[in-house]
Amino acid sequence: MSEEKEMITGMEAPMYLTYNFTAGGATTRFLAELRNGKLVGQECPKCQHVYIPPRGSCAACGVPTVREVELTNKATVQSFTIVYIPIPNNPIKPPYVIANLMADGAHQSFLHLISDVDNADVRIGMRVEAIWKAEEEWTHAMENIQYFRPLDEPDMPIDEIGRLKNA
Amino acid sequence: MSSTESEVLSQAFELGFTYTRSTGPVVGRFLTELRDRKVVGNKASDGTVYVPPMEFDPRTAEEITEFVEVAETGVVKTWSWIAEPQSKHLLQQPFAFALVQLDGSDVPMLHMVDAGSIDKMKTGMKVKVRWAETTRGHVTDINCFEPA
Ligand SMILES: [Zn+2]
Repeated sequence: MSEEKEMITGMEAPMYLTYNFTAGGATTRFLAELRNGKLVGQECPKCQHVYIPPRGSCAACGVPTVREVELTNKATVQSFTIVYIPIPNNPIKPPYVIANLMADGAHQSFLHLISDVDNADVRIGMRVEAIWKAEEEWTHAMENIQYFRPLDEPDMPIDEIGRLKNA
Repeated sequence: MSSTESEVLSQAFELGFTYTRSTGPVVGRFLTELRDRKVVGNKASDGTVYVPPMEFDPRTAEEITEFVEVAETGVVKTWSWIAEPQSKHLLQQPFAFALVQLDGSDVPMLHMVDAGSIDKMKTGMKVKVRWAETTRGHVTDINCFEPA
């Protein structure tokens, strides 16, 4: 081996999984409503938990969540993280805030972005609202909501986030 | 929800992990030599020559440091015919995945044999390396093996 030549130290070993994703009945109903600009959860007939995104059945009771509940654009920050590390091909530039959000009337949180606020001001209990993209850009995706931004409302006490009213 | 949207949604999906693996001094040396169109293995304490080279001696668990160049000809020890290559296969015509033991090596390595048709494949057949047009330090610098 000639010493002046550069030694190989790395090897590209990409892995691609190509498959067909089928949403299933409950998620299809949820995504179809997102396509119409609506956030719709599904309620357990037994314990009244509202799931968003819905799973089709209640994790606690094991019964189908057939009733749909339209939620507003308002939500509460349940937890959050500030992301500093860039993800390849992700157009969002760090640092940005990604949060577990509890939609009003829901008992299950979903992940989304928080923007229009100093990252340092984001806190658990903060009230936020969804900012939707222009209607012509809506698809069957949570990305129809561009981000959530703070609402001018008092914080929600931590132990009330996502709790059933009469539980 | 309108009844026209009651059909279950599905769509094609691709999950990609764009890994770069670090090769270390042994595999790195193997790949570096491939770039120069040479195949090297290394010699363990009992004299066994491994191609591709092994990082540690299977008997003593010591590092193996003695590299040896082997021939670019070898023998097919066993093989499996791929009659209908998929899009991700590196050869797009029917070929064989084969364990090829290079002359000078004591263990076979997995690679591809382009024999044209299954009738030309035989356990024990002689094959030789078909080099890629441009080598870059990757196992695909060996494009495949062909009947010798
Ligand atoms: Zn329930």
